[in-house]
Amino acid sequence: MFQQIVDAAPRFFSYYNVLFLLQALAATFLLSLVGCVLGFLFGFLLAVTRRTTGWRLLPLRVLTIVYTEAFRRIPFLVTLMLVFFAFQAVRLETSMFTVALISVCLIATAFIAEIVRGGLTSVHHNQWDAAAAMNFTYLETLRYVIVPQAWKVMLPPAFSFFVLFIKDTALASQIGVIELTFAGKVFANKGFPSALVFGTILVLYFLLSWPLARFGRWMEVKLAPTRTR
Amino acid sequence: MPQLELVDLRANYGDHAVLERISFSVDKGEIISLIGPSGSGKSTLLRVLVGLLPPAAGSIRLDGQEVDYKNKASVRDVRSRMAIVFQQYNLFQNMDVLANVTIAPIKVKGQSPADAQAYAKQLLDRVGLGHKLHAYPDQLSGGQQQRVAIARALALKPEIVLLDEVTSALDPELVNEVLDVIRLLAADGMTIFFVSHEMAFVREVSSKVIFMADGNVVESGTPAQIFDSPQQSRTRDFVGKILRH
Repeated sequence: MFQQIVDAAPRFFSYYNVLFLLQALAATFLLSLVGCVLGFLFGFLLAVTRRTTGWRLLPLRVLTIVYTEAFRRIPFLVTLMLVFFAFQAVRLETSMFTVALISVCLIATAFIAEIVRGGLTSVHHNQWDAAAAMNFTYLETLRYVIVPQAWKVMLPPAFSFFVLFIKDTALASQIGVIELTFAGKVFANKGFPSALVFGTILVLYFLLSWPLARFGRWMEVKLAPTRTR
Repeated sequence: MPQLELVDLRANYGDHAVLERISFSVDKGEIISLIGPSGSGKSTLLRVLVGLLPPAAGSIRLDGQEVDYKNKASVRDVRSRMAIVFQQYNLFQNMDVLANVTIAPIKVKGQSPADAQAYAKQLLDRVGLGHKLHAYPDQLSGGQQQRVAIARALALKPEIVLLDEVTSALDPELVNEVLDVIRLLAADGMTIFFVSHEMAFVREVSSKVIFMADGNVVESGTPAQIFDSPQQSRTRDFVGKILRH
């Protein structure tokens, strides 16, 4: 088998194949990046909305709860299909990549919302009391007091979710998005040794997720609330 | 006109009544000590005053003006005039001492950082912590944290300071350093609400002592009246027990 890989390697790493792999890598990278960034943003908004009080925002709170609970339970593949058929139903022309992009955002938002909520809840209630007694508004309390203390609880699960998430984007290959796993299948179908093809894909996935995990560790240290900094 | 007047004040935690028909008034510069067994509603009363627990009925008047605790602007006004110091200090764990004391003046009151810091340093010097400006709360002893909390409350230049069992969480040898700071405040003529079990201190500094039990004011009077000749049997029991120890 090793000989087979060595023989096929020059052909496999031809200019056009490498270009194709890089394009696929870029697609996986983009799906992950947009999913993580928008997911964090929207997830944060949902978590913050869920912690509000007062009847005026009640409908919004109910919506966030329904959304988070629903999308954390629906498999990613089903979400992909849902978004795909939703576009079909309204007869909107769109690329598979956009469908995948929207799906990753929907899923990431739901998961991150729960991670952020956990982080916010972990901060002792007396911190809210102290801020309220000094006339901080809800958003000021979050910004200056709660979120800086919640980072250390939110970041580890958030980044382990991001790493899992990069791998989950492979499911987008099921609807024909050309990302890493899809590229692997294409090369395997072309007759390249599977060990070579998927070995390469494995390395590329690793190269995507390892720096992310390192970045997570760096952020944890950087945002540590007190003298552990 | 009294500075603060409570009339038939009631408050509940859910269905449970924690304050029932509390009425008394406070003049400017008075030091009011609230004493009584645990669960009598002393701390709750302070929480109601700063709007952390909405009153269920009755009224609170500040300088003759009734406070509407359902109205955000009214609550903001109260909180800008009264500052509370909590039993567990509640310092912001993500900030050093100086930031803890200056954050509200800068972000809430819109003071310039330079002014806020200059005043904060002055206050921290007064409470004996001028050398700990950049320490984080978890690097300080309980007594030091409580003194920072007092400085933080004073940084907002309140008219009334509410001290909620500020020495209860402290080791005995740290109690005095906090009490010394309160003596300084008292000497300044600030109106102070003092919830405490430090009876000797209560007796020394208070202008009025209010004995509470089961959410009611049982008896109030000068320290001499409450400690030497209590009129109610519950007050006698409580004072008797406390003074025996």
